[in-house]
Formats: sequence, C-alpha cells, structure tokens
Amino acid sequence: MTLRKVLVIGSGPIVIGQAAEFDYAGTQACKALREEGVTSILVNSNPATIMTDEGIADVVYVEPLTVPVVERVIARERPDGLLPTLGGQTGLNLAVALADAGVLEKYGVRLLGTPLETIKKAEDRELFKQLLIQLGEPVPASRTCYSVEEARAFRAEHDLPLVIRPGYTLGGTGGGIATTDEEFEQIVRRGLEFSPIHQVLVEQSVAGWKELEYEVMRDAADTCITICNMENIDPMGVHTGDSIVVAPSQTLSDREHQMLRSAAIRIIRALGIEGGCNIQFALDPASMQYFVIEVNPRVSRSSALASKATGYPIARVAAKIAVGRRLDEITNAVTGKTTAAFEPTLDYCVVKIPRFPFDKFPSGDRTLGTQMKATGEVMAIERSFPAALQKAVRSLEIGGRSLLWEDKLWGEDEHALADAVRKPSDRRLWALMAALRHDWSVDRVHELSKVDRWFLNQMAAIIRMERRLLNEPLTPQLMWRAKRLGFSDAQIATLTDLALPDRVRRQRQEWGIRPVYKVVDTCAAEFEAQTPYFYSTYEEENEAPPLPGPKAAVIGSGPIRIGQGIEFDYCSVHSAWALQRAGWRAIMVNSNPETVSTDFDTSSRLYFEPLDDEGVRDVLENEGVDETPAVCQFGGQTAINLAGPIEAGGGRIIGSGVEAIDLAEDRERFDDFLNNLGIPRPAGGAVTTVEQALVVADRIGYPVLVRPSYVLGGRAMEIVHDASELIRYVTNAVELSSKRPILIDKYLEGKEVEVDAVCDGQDVVIPGVMEHIERAGVHSGDSTAIYPGVSLAEWEVDTIVEYTVKIGRALGVRGLMNVQYVLYDEGVYVLEVNPRSSRTVPFLSKVTGVPMVQLATNVMLGTTLREQGYTTGLCKRQRLVAVKAPVFSMAKLVGVDTALGPEMKSTGEVMGINGRLVPALAKALMAAHAMLPRRGRLLVSIADRDKPEVISLIKRLALLGYEFWATPGTAALISSLEVGGRRLAAQRASKVGGDGGAPTVLDVIHGHLVDGVVNTVTGGRKVLQDGFEIRRAAVERGLPCFTSLDTLRALVESLEGGESGWDVRPLPEYLEVDGRAAAVRR
Amino acid sequence: MRAILVLEDGSHFRGDSIGAPIDAEAEIVFNTCMTGYQEIATDPSYRGQMVCMTYPLIGNYGVSDHYAESRRPWISAFVVRESIDDYSNWRAEGGLSAWLKHWGVPGLGGVDTRALTRRLRARGTMRAVLAHYEGTPDVVALVDRARNITPLSEKDLISEASIAERYRIPAGGPARRIVVVDCGIKQNILRSLGRRGADLIVVPHLATAGDVLALNPDGIVLSNGPGDPAALPGVARTVGELIESGAPILGICLGHQLIGIAARATTSRLRFGHHGGNHPVKDLADGHVHITSQNHEFQVDGDSLPRDSGFVVSQINLNDGSVEGLRHLTRPVFSVQYHPEGAPGPQDNQYVFDQFLELVGRE
Ligand SMILES: Nc1ncnc2c1ncn2[C@@H]1O[C@H](COP(=O)(O)OP(=O)(O)O)[C@@H](O)[C@H]1O
Ligand SMILES: Nc1ncnc2c1ncn2[C@@H]1O[C@H](COP(=O)(O)OP(=O)(O)O)[C@@H](O)[C@H]1O
Ligand SMILES: [Mg+2]
Ligand SMILES: [Mg+2]
Repeated sequence: MTLRKVLVIGSGPIVIGQAAEFDYAGTQACKALREEGVTSILVNSNPATIMTDEGIADVVYVEPLTVPVVERVIARERPDGLLPTLGGQTGLNLAVALADAGVLEKYGVRLLGTPLETIKKAEDRELFKQLLIQLGEPVPASRTCYSVEEARAFRAEHDLPLVIRPGYTLGGTGGGIATTDEEFEQIVRRGLEFSPIHQVLVEQSVAGWKELEYEVMRDAADTCITICNMENIDPMGVHTGDSIVVAPSQTLSDREHQMLRSAAIRIIRALGIEGGCNIQFALDPASMQYFVIEVNPRVSRSSALASKATGYPIARVAAKIAVGRRLDEITNAVTGKTTAAFEPTLDYCVVKIPRFPFDKFPSGDRTLGTQMKATGEVMAIERSFPAALQKAVRSLEIGGRSLLWEDKLWGEDEHALADAVRKPSDRRLWALMAALRHDWSVDRVHELSKVDRWFLNQMAAIIRMERRLLNEPLTPQLMWRAKRLGFSDAQIATLTDLALPDRVRRQRQEWGIRPVYKVVDTCAAEFEAQTPYFYSTYEEENEAPPLPGPKAAVIGSGPIRIGQGIEFDYCSVHSAWALQRAGWRAIMVNSNPETVSTDFDTSSRLYFEPLDDEGVRDVLENEGVDETPAVCQFGGQTAINLAGPIEAGGGRIIGSGVEAIDLAEDRERFDDFLNNLGIPRPAGGAVTTVEQALVVADRIGYPVLVRPSYVLGGRAMEIVHDASELIRYVTNAVELSSKRPILIDKYLEGKEVEVDAVCDGQDVVIPGVMEHIERAGVHSGDSTAIYPGVSLAEWEVDTIVEYTVKIGRALGVRGLMNVQYVLYDEGVYVLEVNPRSSRTVPFLSKVTGVPMVQLATNVMLGTTLREQGYTTGLCKRQRLVAVKAPVFSMAKLVGVDTALGPEMKSTGEVMGINGRLVPALAKALMAAHAMLPRRGRLLVSIADRDKPEVISLIKRLALLGYEFWATPGTAALISSLEVGGRRLAAQRASKVGGDGGAPTVLDVIHGHLVDGVVNTVTGGRKVLQDGFEIRRAAVERGLPCFTSLDTLRALVESLEGGESGWDVRPLPEYLEVDGRAAAVRR
Repeated sequence: MRAILVLEDGSHFRGDSIGAPIDAEAEIVFNTCMTGYQEIATDPSYRGQMVCMTYPLIGNYGVSDHYAESRRPWISAFVVRESIDDYSNWRAEGGLSAWLKHWGVPGLGGVDTRALTRRLRARGTMRAVLAHYEGTPDVVALVDRARNITPLSEKDLISEASIAERYRIPAGGPARRIVVVDCGIKQNILRSLGRRGADLIVVPHLATAGDVLALNPDGIVLSNGPGDPAALPGVARTVGELIESGAPILGICLGHQLIGIAARATTSRLRFGHHGGNHPVKDLADGHVHITSQNHEFQVDGDSLPRDSGFVVSQINLNDGSVEGLRHLTRPVFSVQYHPEGAPGPQDNQYVFDQFLELVGRE
C-alpha cells in the first residue's frame, strides 16, 4: 500500500530531557515527507516550534497531545499512517496509547517506523532484558523487587555496588547506588517507600565503566548503517544527557568499536525498526566485556547531536525510510551525489557539554546521576580535543567562565577538591582541571573520577599551555600553539600581560593568526560537499571564502536555558528565511546542536561557533566586516549582548541601534525617557548600598520588587515585604552580580499585560495584546497568557497601544520590541521594554497570522512597514482565543521550589486555541498536564493573606463535586463554609504522627488520595518548609500543583465549562481575519 | 624535529617528525577510518605508500600485538594532524610514535591533513617526499625528488609482502583444507577462516597452480596485497589455471583483481583509491547494501569483462559504481574487492567467508 497521508506527532512542550531536538527532527521529517509526495498532518501542542509553522507540514494542529484529541484529528483527516518516532518519548507513548485504545485499528492507521511490539519492549525494562538475553546480548543482572527481602535475596547473589531505582517516581527520587550493605538496605527501604507502587529495580552497577552511544539506521530491505558513535567523558552513572560527550569515541580501539557497532546492528535488526535508533552501551575499561543499557527506538537528543556532529540528517532519512524508501534510494544531501547508504566519517572532534539550570536554581541539588537535569547543550567542533573542549566551554555562556575558573574552596581545602572530582556535578569539569593544575597526577584524578586517562591527559595539555602562557614571553609561535589548543583571546589575556582580550586580538591579527573555517561534510573530504556548514580551527587552508552578494549574519541564541528557550531559535530561523526571501544570503552563527537554526539547510551558510565576542567577530571578519551586517535581535539576550561588542569592533548592526538597547537597559536613563514621554512606571530606583536601598524602599513603600540589573529570566528577583527582608536580600544578592546596581521597584500587584510590536522608526504595528492570568509578580514567562486581552477595558487597550507606539517611535526601534505592562489602580505602568524579539513572538505570530519576524527583518533591510502593507496601530483581532500555558520540569530538579514568583522557572509552553475563552483555557491546561478531573479531591493549603480570596473558589469546586483535604488553618476555613463534600483535616508534615495518627500531608500526597494540590505561599523568600515539602511531594507524584489562585480560578472556570464546546481544528481555520488591515488607533 | 611533506605538484606541508627520523619517498594516499591506525599500518597492501589519516587524532589507544595485521608495519610513513602520545587503553603496550620509531617508519604530525586530503582528492594520488630538515627546507629540490620517485606500478612490492616458505595453520579437528595464496595477507583473513574451523595452508604468491593443487585443497583463497595487478601476469595465469581446475575460489582485493585479469578483464587505477571503513557496496542479486572496509588503488574495469568469460559483476560500489565483486556463473568462484575481514572496519561482511565455506562444502 502506498502512503498518501501521514500523521506526525510532535513532542509537545520543552521539558528537561525533551527539548528543541524534536522540533529539528519534526521539521526535517515533514519536509522529507513533502519531498516524497506524502501529505503530512502534524499535531503538536507547542506553538514555539518551526514544525508548526506554515509551509512545513501540510496540515497543522496545535492541540493537546492526548488520545481523545488525536482521535478527533484522525477521524477528521483519515491518515493512512502514523509516524510516532519523531516526537520523543511523548510521541511514542501517545502512539502506544492510541493503539491500545483501538483508535489506530478503528481508522485503519498503520504505525510506521517502529513496530508497536518494539516500542513496548524498549519501554518495559523487564521485557527489554528478556529480549536482549534471547539475542545473546549481555545485560546487567537485575531484579524488580517489591520488598526488602526480595532485594536482599538478589543482593545475596550479586556483588556490590548495586543501583536501586524506585519504580514510577518522576525525579528518580529515593534511588541511588549502594556500595555497602548498610547503604543497600537503607536505599532499598527508602526507594520502596518513595515508589507509589512499592517497587524498586535492583541492578548490578557498572558505574565507572565507559558509556557509549551508537546511532543506527535500518531500512525495510534490512540494510543497516551506523551514523555515529559517541563516548561519554563522564563514565556510567551520569545520564548521557548530563554527560560531556565526545564524538567519535576516542579511547576505543577498532576492535572494541566494531564489537559494539556489530551489537548495535544486531539489536536494530532484532527490533525490526525501520528508521533510526539509539543504543547505549557500558564497556568495561579493562576488558572486552560490555552491557547493553538502553535502546531508544526513535530519534532522540542523541540523534540530533549525531546529525549535527556528522552532517548526516538522521530524522530526514528516518522519515523517508518510514514511508518506504530504501537507504540507497535517498540522496546524501551533503554531497548531492552519493546516497544515504553509507557511514559518515569525521575529520574533526566534537564535544558536547550540557547546560544546567543551577545558575537559576542555586538551591537545586547539583549532583548528577541517572536522571537528567540539563535544559540544553552546546556543541563545538575542532580538530583537536582540547580545542573542541575549550570552544564548547566558551559556548556555554556562563558568565565568561573559562576552564581557568576554580571554586575558591578547592584551593584551600584538598578534601573539597577531592569531593568535587569524585562526585559528578555540573562543576566537575572545572574540578578535574583544578586538580591537574594543583599538580595532582592523572592517575590520582582518574582513580577518583573514573574519567578515562586519555581525556585527563588532554586536559593536562591545556594546563601545560596555561603555564607557558604565564611564564614565557608571548611569541607568534606560542600564540599559534595556544590558539590550536583552543585558548580564547580572553584566556590568553588573563594569562599573559596583554591583559585585555582586544589587545590579544590585535596582537594576533598583527601576527597574521586568524582562524580558518572547514566544512562538515560527512566524508572527511573524500567527496566534494555541497553543504555550507563550517567550523573554525587554526590551520592552513580556509574553505570559506566570503559569500558574494548582499548578506547578513543572524546571531543565534545558544544553548537552551530557562528564560532563553526555543522561541529565540524560532525567531532566528525565521529571520534567516526572511533574509533569503528578500534576496539576501543568511549566515547563521550558533552553538546549539539541538535546533532548527543549526540545520545546514536553514541558512545560506552555517557557522557552528561560540556566541561570544571572539567567535562572532571572527566570523564577521571572515565574511568581511563591512559587507556583513549582524542581526542581533532574534537570538535573545545572547545576541543583544553581542551588539555592543560587534559595533565596538568595527562591525555593523542592522535593526535597532546599540543606543536603543542601552537606553532600555539603563535604569535611570530609561526612567527619564519614559518621563519625557509622560508614561508612568512603578516608582523605584537603582541602588548600590544597603542604606540607599532602605531609603528608596521607604520612599516608595513596601512591598517592593528587587533585582540585580541586567538579567534575563528574572534571576534572583524577589518581592520583598519589609526592611529586614530587604537588608538580607541586598547583603546576599549584591555578590551575585558584582558591581552592578540593584534595582528596587514598587511592587504593583495588578494585571500584567504584554505586547510585541514591529517598528520601522515611523510606524509601529502591534499584532496583538496578551493579558496574563496570574497577576504581576509571577514572571511573564511562567504566566498563562491570553490572546486577545479578553478582560481588558477599551481604554486600557487604547492606552497600551498609545504607549507602545510612543515608545517604539521614541526609542527608534527598527525591528521587534516587547513591552510588559501592569494595570494597577486605574493606571497603566510600563514594567519593561525589550528592544528585541521575545518569548511570545512565535505564539503571537501564530495566533494573529502576522509574520512578525519577517516584517522585522525586512524593516532592517530597509523596507518600511507601509511598503509591507502594515500601518501603525493594533492589528484587527482574530475571532479566536488562544491561551499560552507554561510547562515546568520540576520533577527533575530536586531541591527546587515550584512556587511561582518573579523568577522564571518554566522550561516550555503549550497553547490552547478555540473560538471562546473557556475551552481554550481547558485545552491549554490539558496540554500542560495541569487539568484536573471533572470531580475529584484536592489538597488545599492556603496562606492567610489569600484566604479571603480562596473562599469563592472552594465553593465553586465543591459545587462541582470536589472534596478537600486541608492543613488545619485551611481546614477550619473550609469547615466554616458549609459547602458540601467531605472535609478531612490532615496534619502538617512537620507534626508526623501527632494527633491520633491522622494522615500527614505527605501521606495524602504519596497515598494518591488527591488529584491535585493547591498551595500558596505568603510573599517573600522565606520558604515555608512545610509548603515546600508539599509542593515537592506533589511534583514527585506528578500531581498538578497550583501556587497561584489566579491559575486555580482559570482551572475552575474550565471545569465548569465542561468538555463540550471545544473543537479540534487545523490552526489556519481559526485565523479568519487578515491581520494586515491594521486599525490605526492614534 | 621538523619535517616536511612535499608533493610532486609542488604543494608542501610542514609539521613535526613523529616516527623514525628518516626520510621517505613514496606515493601518498588518504584513509578515512577513524580507528584502526595500527591495522592500517600493518596492512601489507600499503607497501610503497604513505598514508595520511583524515581523522585528526591518531594514537589514542596506543599499539598492541593484538591489533597487528602482519608481522610489521608496511606503510612508508604516517601523516597525521595530531599524534597522541598519552594513549589510554587496557590493551595498549606502547605508544604509536615509539612503535613507528622502533620499526623505522617515519611520520609527520601537526599537518593540515584536511587540506592535504582535498589536494589528493582534486589531483589524484601523488608521489611525495617526507624530509626532515633544520632551518629552511629546500622545497624546489624536494619537489624534484618527488617527481623522480619510481611509480608504484613499476615496483615489485609483492615479493617482500608475501612469504618465502609455505606454512600450515592446522584446525582443531577434522576440517576442510583451504590453501591461501599469500600476496601480502592480513591476519584477520586467516583468523576469520580459522575461526570457522578450516585447515589452512598458506603458500607464497609465486606458488604455481601445480603446487597449490598438489596440496589437495578443498578451497582456495587469493589474498590481498600491494601494487598493480597488471604487473603480475604470472600470478594471474596461475589464477586462471586454478579457476580451470574447478576448485572453489575466493578472491579478496588483489586476489579479486587477479581473478578479473584471469577472466580477461582489464584493470585500471582509481583517481585516489578507496581507503576507508565506510564504503557502501550494493549486492546486485538481492539489493542489500553492505558497509565495507576498503583499501585499493586499482579496480577491475566492469565494461571490459568479456561476456564469454563466465564471470559477472556481482557487487558494485554505490559511491562511484566501480566493481566490488565478481562471480562465475557456473564455477564455484567469486571475489570481492573490499575486505570482508574488516580490521580495521566493519565486521558486517564476515558472511563472505560463510558463503565461501558453503561453496567448499562440508567434510
Ligand atoms: N547498571 C547501571 N550502573 C550504573 N549506571 C547506570 C546503570 N544503568 C544506567 N546507568 C546510568 O543511568 C543513565 C540513565 O539510564 P537509562 O537506562 O539510559 O535511562 P534513560 O531512559 O533516562 O536514558 C545512563 O545513561 C547511565 O549513565
Ligand atoms: N513593579 C512591579 N510590580 C509588579 N510586578 C512586577 C514589577 N516588576 C516586575 N514584575 C514582575 O516580575 C516579572 C519579571 O520582571 P521583568 O522586569 O519583566 O524581568 P525579566 O527581564 O526577567 O523579564 C514580570 O513579568 C512581572 O510579573
Ligand atoms: Mg539513556
Ligand atoms: Mg519580562
């Protein structure tokens, strides 16, 4: 049967473990299906994706990824096939659920790529083990245990260490590796207790072995190839997603490599996969013994990395295979001549380093283990390992921290250093370097860390160069050698007496020391490559002569982190496309391997480089500074921060000037600016001392909002209620951001509204206004946002539009601008202006139909908005309501409080869209897994100041048939309401066992006695330990936890709305209005 | 010590000497395997060639007797981007550069090997001189030297790579007897046959058909080896006679080319050879694509194969359509241009040995 129509399931919101790589995979796959003449139907709940854009899939549904919704899509579209392997674990799980619910059979939809049986086998550890044993592949011995006795019996037959993994806990909480019998008993007990099904998997530990991954492909003709192998520098015990990874493997002999490669091929054959698959192995560092650890029968984060590391587009090829193509019928997009049936070979070294969110969550547990914690990653390509490693570190964008960084403690306390070397954490790389710098032998560092000596020896080479730079006069030869080892100008400046990076740069250019650029071509130069995919190195031959004709460089957004997510990649990609549409060549610079922007066919030329001064300026100089203006508006704070240095270095920025950027970020100048325009903002000021802080706070009155200047994502921002809290904040937080002042604002607890606008210096087009459900004080990135502003009064909208137009014109914005407002006490106040693209641009573009990035890019190229058919004002409203809801990854981040506040915590977003508000809300909540059942039970624990407000909500919930568990104070309140339903008072967690054995809050949560949790905190940072534990417990159990009554209200409304009234439609069907008909308002 | 590689087209690459401090004059080819440098160095087929490794980090896991494909390295020199001395692997017995020195093989490190590879791809395989120098090298003189190197085809490379005396590798029990004609064989061919229980008698490449047949073989393997097959008319004649004898025959690499010549096909030089572990080969019978390990400069010209030779092309290279396998339509004879034994490279094609032993039949 030939396939005409195929349903593709996306991966939904960005969460830890499932990030932008699936947008990359899905986008490639949809394009590939189109090439094959197959109609693609796409469902994804994530609006911030390229795959859900016009022109990628044939029909797009931005709808919740649930069985009922997808069933409705299937009923309407009647696809012949379903491609479940591109949407990560979400896609696979949903496909299984659809199959199990009989939906696929009912509508005659064939599952493509990976057989259902295989998906199930790969997911169920027990079945998987049996299959591998059948194949004769070695697996670590393990047993699923339901009691301490069972675990002991297993222990009796096996040597320690053993890994204990509790079943069905989301954060892997309660698990661990036991090295003594005491530990074993203790961890097993704890694990059983934490597991809701009282189950632990006890497994032979191979912590410390080499961990390797193989990316394998197979077609229906049974041709099997391996695309890439990757070696984890952090040995077994650290999740591959959290490990520093190198490709190809470095410490394996051909014999070892072929042994694992052959095993990988046997496994993919046995699983009958038609497409791609990732296989993880553990290899004994001292014998040929290996174990199969895991198989992912789908494209994955690793396959995205492998694609970028080799140039081989795995997802594209997998999609073609799934619809029946054979590998030798697919052309190799890189050479344009050879076919996809070959194995890439690399002539460079690739290093991936994960990006962790601990800079945002200082209280989070930084130790790394078998659960992933990284939000994103960077990749670097170079011709030696030290150079690739150092380039990757530069790409991380962690405050200019090079490998020279050391924790102060390490120098003072040898035990602290030994600990940091032994215990995997996000800082271990620096600890390894520090130990070597302090003259610890490679053997000693190896014994402690189990990191292979090869990597340590390579790091030692970096340290030897550090010493030479410190001690020897800088000569051209020494500079050349240092650059070949990946030393940045900034590092050389620190280590030599040139002191300033710019002086190093000038010196090396005088000496003619410049990077050259080489091509990633899948074949180590054996064939001529068509791909414009480059990386820098210090060598002789440059393969990247400047591109001819008009061109511009789009500065990307680097690794995905909280506060700077996939949205900025979305914007970068659209900007590149807009440039090309306008007849310009788009040059992309980025360091993130997961993204669409670093797909080599997104731009005219891709430079895979760190987004720092040096990396970007080198690229611009290679292309010709005068001929290559830079576009810095779309890559989030990363790109905007580079605007200054680029200009200072003689480069040219197109779009809003550096002046506008500085003005918007300089507190005092911006205050003056708004004053002159007659636009109010919350009172406040910038301070540098405690005394000043107290004076300002006294003047404006508490509560106040405090933060260090120059941050994205609200880092270290707090609402402070009194002088003592303020003193604590200022004394603790000043250190956080060195000499920069602290900003203090009057906290206005009003409704937050956000707009994005495109300006050309004259006209200001506002595609839409978004209002937040949660009041100001919850970071805009964590708020549920509604388009259009359904509850806003006309005068409020008018004022917002008026202010936005004024600001855009006065700032001289050329391109995008984002403004956040708070409506408070009959006033409209500006919270913040960002003269750049924002997190909401993809969402707003999608629901208004206004191609904002394209407009903005054209403006930069000199085409006015009028010429593009737009005029000043708010675009005509679409007759739809769209709700953007945040999604969190808290289960993975042990020790982090989930309560919403001015610091951003979410990792992703989903969208619910409908003709009316309530169903749109319901869809958004469903898509975010924050929906509650029609009736059920809630655990409620409310701070005193919120109690009056919660009453009506409790009543409405009771009417719906909800029952409540509550902490004593809240329980008393609920009793007094005399609403129907049972009311049970649970103990505070802190009073375990008190009061006649009534269940504790934690019992209630762990015992699955409730469907959700409502818990509000009183303002301020003083974490109520009880509340914290309640929230964490809810997260561990996967229960929706509401910390804002505004969100709860929205939930109640959607519950009251019931399931009727919402429909499932392709996105374009909701968009009826041509956005261009802008109603000029002033 | 500084050294320089000078090519006959005048291009040159400076670097650091990493092996024996002696000069080398030979052809230079590039190999795209990412692992297996020791197997490559000890592959006798490389006799008369310097090898530029396209993977930049060479020496990572050291050297070990386990990985030797013959009794010594045969390459004229190694050219690499980074020679790694701080190796790490449980099997390692020493480092690569020390090993090269021990065997008197020079090497050059720190080279822009990608630039060199691109040059070889554009201009084809070239002759080159690797010379050590102090101060400034006399590039002009070195270019001249490179241009005067005797071309590969005019050299007798096989004699040294082969053996002087025949020897036997007995099987554990009752077994089929396979006579292996050693033109410069890689050990893994013998291991692959031995693992399957064959009784092996390895004979020199100059053994006559009579010598071979006198050993009562159940099957004959013609091995890989260095140099131009067209320069070995005598061996090709022997191969023709062996084919006539009706004995089951497997030809590998040079052995395959000799079968081609015996079948009256011509052979020719590839522009820059096939040297790597990632070459896709399509089996024309079942359409399967196999990833193969390759090392050859010469090919059998598919178009030249006479229709009445009884042979057909059975496999082709997907990259350039070149002949990768021959099969006789009526006789139990077939050959592959690639290395089914891998080493380095994929083990996917071990099935070739199974097919051959099937032809040989059971005891
Ligand atoms: N038996 C084991 N001993 C030591 N570490 C292990 C073992 N099994 C798994 N791990 C570690 O845990 C990580 C996650 O395990 P894996 O089975 O791959 O789960 P996931 O589905 O989260 O990728 C692995 O990458 C590995 O580092
Ligand atoms: N003066 C204020 N009153 C009330 N809430 C505020 C005030 N200033 C900031 N906020 C809240 O803090 C959040 C983050 O502040 P913002 O200035 O937008 O920082 P960021 O640069 O992190 O986006 C806002 O989304 C808003 O909810
Ligand atoms: Mg895994
Ligand atoms: Mg903001």
